[in-house]
Amino acid sequence: MTAVRARVASTLKYLSLIVASVVVLLPLGVVLLTSLKTSDELATGSGPLSPPGDWLNFANYVTAFEKGRMAEAAFNTFVILIVSIVGTVFVGSAAAYAIDRFTFRFKGLVVGLFLLATLVPSITTQVTTFQVIDQLGLFNTRLAPIVLYLGTDIVAIYIFLQFMRSIPVSVDEAAKLDGASAFAIYWKIILPLLKPAIATVVIVKGIAVYNDFYIPFLYMPDQGLGTISTSLFRFKGPFGAHWENISAGTILVIIPTLAVFLMLQRFIYNGLTQGSTK
Amino acid sequence: MTPTSSSLRRGGRQALTPWMFLLVPLALLVVFSYVPIINMVVYSFTDWDGVSPDYTFTGMENYVEIFTRPELFKVFVASAYYLGAAVVQIVLALYFATVLSFNTRFRNLFKGILFFPYLINGVAIGFVFLYFFQEGGTFDTVLGLFGLGGGQLWLGDPDLVNVSLSGVSVWRFLGLNFVLFLGAIQSISPELYEAAELDGAGRWQQFRFIIAPSLRPLIGLTAILAISGCLSVFEIPYIMTGGAGASETFVIQTIKLAFRFDKTGLASAAAVVLLVIILLVAWLQRRAFPEERVAS
Repeated sequence: MTAVRARVASTLKYLSLIVASVVVLLPLGVVLLTSLKTSDELATGSGPLSPPGDWLNFANYVTAFEKGRMAEAAFNTFVILIVSIVGTVFVGSAAAYAIDRFTFRFKGLVVGLFLLATLVPSITTQVTTFQVIDQLGLFNTRLAPIVLYLGTDIVAIYIFLQFMRSIPVSVDEAAKLDGASAFAIYWKIILPLLKPAIATVVIVKGIAVYNDFYIPFLYMPDQGLGTISTSLFRFKGPFGAHWENISAGTILVIIPTLAVFLMLQRFIYNGLTQGSTK
Repeated sequence: MTPTSSSLRRGGRQALTPWMFLLVPLALLVVFSYVPIINMVVYSFTDWDGVSPDYTFTGMENYVEIFTRPELFKVFVASAYYLGAAVVQIVLALYFATVLSFNTRFRNLFKGILFFPYLINGVAIGFVFLYFFQEGGTFDTVLGLFGLGGGQLWLGDPDLVNVSLSGVSVWRFLGLNFVLFLGAIQSISPELYEAAELDGAGRWQQFRFIIAPSLRPLIGLTAILAISGCLSVFEIPYIMTGGAGASETFVIQTIKLAFRFDKTGLASAAAVVLLVIILLVAWLQRRAFPEERVAS
């Protein structure tokens, strides 16, 4: 009796996992199929689930890459990604170093300011953030998203703070006795020891920046300043009904994500677990 | 931390050192977090259009308008759909996390598949599902295979559009909840399960008495993130329907007020209302789960 029940339970378990996998993969798979079809194939309407006539028809990808200005988008996204990630690592670790390793006046106030800001979702303040960016003359420059990604990333400071607490203070003090300055301690001792936390911040930040639509959409409407997200979004305008092209563009945007995921799976899982619950 | 003897000797310079490290982080925090918040509160009491050099203070007028014009308030109906979807999402995430924490074949494959949507670009997801929900598209075809469906406009029908869109939101964010839950379940000592099994506890009892209690704080945190998340939904509806009609959310409405209708004052007041609601939810969460800190 229990053996039968166990078999039924096990069957249901695998069934639910398979159904969930189909629900995840089907919408993506159909877009992949469509991206390989010609516009005639789509028009004759053999249905979205039918395979393409030629599995190696990459013409839509060429159209999407060129007309979607994907090379430019990849360049802009890459520049913004690198500068924001490097900046976040330095800004976050410097703040965490000051807060964790020093006693100073108004320390409670400073910590409180950072803490309170985490509770304010940045999307609610965009109306007035826009005025600030505009007045600084950063509107329609790559610096706008960069400074916003840097300035609003308080989670990174927390990840660094959390990790820095596990580095014994005696390490700093030994260096101090050898005559090292605070800056040298930060640069030569703390930063290298923070490596695992840096990996977490790079992953969490990297995903967020690559996928962000809102900030580049609002602050960089200029044609030449498209990122992966905004270029794909704008590509749909003139190609509104050409789903074979839009599908190709969509797959082009997903491929790098898939590649990074397959390579860094373990780090991504760990990074997210640390980044959002600590 | 107590100051060391050397720091006492070099008191003046030492006191400045932390501020050198804090200079840039604090400047960024003030300029991009606090200046906008303060401006927002100030503008919310004015009739500013966002472009004119000057504006006049109108007192509580904007707030009165928000709470008395029913069409400005109906966006919360859309939020309710996303909140309902969030509940479904948390339950499903719990189920799959529990199932995959036990011995399962192809465990990593299933884990990867369930998680991957979370990493995908929001615009790409919007397009994938725009195609999926088309008339005679993938969804209709699949329903047809089971003899179901009959010409619903999944994104055009005002009664259905929020169901479709919040379904996309579950598809996208389930993976994150699931991986966080799975991580928490796996950090439970395996000896606990062994002991429970020796005592004759089944899978359900193991879930009920071992897994659920140890996940309580994380579920609390997830719930509050879900509430603030469902109030600030923007990307998916904006990309898929342009936030038209019934699919308009609070944030889309605020952005339209500010940037399309040049009503910066009214939009600021709306944003202040949203902020107050979210802070209230965060405060309630802290009272309900006092042992947990909300850090993200």
